[in-house]
Amino acid sequence: MAENVRPRVRVPKTAAAGEVITIKSLISHKMESGQRKDGDGNVIPRSIINRFVCAFNGVVVIDVTLEAAVSTNPFFEFEAVVPEAGDFTFTWYDDDGSVYEETKSVAIA
Amino acid sequence: MKLQNAIAAAAILSFAGTMGFAQTDSELTVEGQFISTEADAPAHMENVSTVYSGWRFRSEDTQAMQMDDFDNSGFVFVDDGLALMASVDGSEGRSCASCHEDVEDFAGLKAQLPRVNDSGELETMEDLVNTCRTERMGAEPWKYNGSQMAAVTAVIGLQSRGMPVDVAIDGAAESFWERGKDLYYARVGQLDLSCANCHEDNYGTMIRADHLSQGQINGFPTYRLKNAKLNTVHSRFSGCMKNVRAEPYAIGSDEFKALELYLASRGTGLSVETPSIRN
Amino acid sequence: MAFTRRKMLILGSASFATAALAGLPAFASLTDDAIMAITGGAETSDAGITLTAPEIAENGNTVPVEVSAPGATSIALFASGNPTPSVATFNFGPLAGSQTGATRIRLAKTQDVVAIATMADGSFLRASVTVKVTIGGCGG
Repeated sequence: MAENVRPRVRVPKTAAAGEVITIKSLISHKMESGQRKDGDGNVIPRSIINRFVCAFNGVVVIDVTLEAAVSTNPFFEFEAVVPEAGDFTFTWYDDDGSVYEETKSVAIA
Repeated sequence: MKLQNAIAAAAILSFAGTMGFAQTDSELTVEGQFISTEADAPAHMENVSTVYSGWRFRSEDTQAMQMDDFDNSGFVFVDDGLALMASVDGSEGRSCASCHEDVEDFAGLKAQLPRVNDSGELETMEDLVNTCRTERMGAEPWKYNGSQMAAVTAVIGLQSRGMPVDVAIDGAAESFWERGKDLYYARVGQLDLSCANCHEDNYGTMIRADHLSQGQINGFPTYRLKNAKLNTVHSRFSGCMKNVRAEPYAIGSDEFKALELYLASRGTGLSVETPSIRN
Repeated sequence: MAFTRRKMLILGSASFATAALAGLPAFASLTDDAIMAITGGAETSDAGITLTAPEIAENGNTVPVEVSAPGATSIALFASGNPTPSVATFNFGPLAGSQTGATRIRLAKTQDVVAIATMADGSFLRASVTVKVTIGGCGG
């Protein structure tokens, strides 16, 4: 498990049925690119978040493949349709096998 | 000797230099709340009439990042800070939150720091945190410019966001302030530059592709795009000194604390912007 | 004019050379390879895709970019001047509210950021923006 990885998401608490909302997501992660070298000149191996998925009640909203050029603390902003009340799940997959998750519920106004 | 210095300074500063442009006119609103980014310079500043926050010298995209508490990635570290403050640490079985139940009670604190305590010592926020940890929590002190300290000082500083910086520079603070002022104007390093050479004499101009600010510290700890994390004031002082190829004073040293007091006073009237976004 | 053997030879070799050069692929880059892997060499249009990035990046470590292509199933981003050009691919699911994505990326130097959208009808769109990446004055 990479150290000190903290997800953060912004989702409105309520929406009208069928409304398009803006979602922002962030996760604190170094995104070690594999380009850097340590003090002895050895390459520090790549270790990044390689995939981010947002789904609502199990249906995919967006599925992002990340490479090393995504900045430290990967940030995404995108839009989702809210057909009914339910849960947004956010999943981040780490090169080291760890999986980080966050869930936010939305009620229909 | 003077000519050498002048040439060295001119060489560095005039690179893209004839095309200096001043601070932007943009206004800072965060989460809809207007935050002032300029003020009349305090009386003790002889060579500057208006003080501007570092925000005013950044590109539009960078400025935009600070205007929303989600786009501002510093907030993920504020979350870390809140978690740290809620966790028990040390022999007394307490967390910060055991005594400081509501972080909002810290409002106004950052705006007055650094300040002189009853024992006549100049205290920074880091000192206050570590004093609490060692004397009241029975915990190990945190590394002065480490990530835990940066996270917690960001939480505390945030409670003063929007409030005007107002540090005492007279009475018991005067000798520290004078020392800080001397340090600010002293040329150091292989490049023989003082803080003033860039941040007072040349703010608003371009140094290569960087837009030089007044070097204000009202937004610290700041999330820097260059290292994608919160940076403390002393870390920044240290970096600046290395950039002029000087041996930096130690993190947490008397020199840096005095400099911090002097610099805070140069920002009197600017709003606290913690956690800010800078280059 | 009589076509001497010399003239035939010159004309012949010229057209052979032209034919040979025309047949060669343009000098291929890693980015071109990556894009070829998506499009299979198909033509790309530049209408209907928007790529937004700053003209001058304040810091190459964190450059905000946004891409939008209504009707796309996915959009791939490339940084053609980076050691590895692939940046990210946005794949839009059934509940995507729009085919738009914004993120922050690392650019090693001044270069073109390229976006390739794969459309639902199998066609491809392409947009490119040049972003200047500079060195800070203080060496930091």
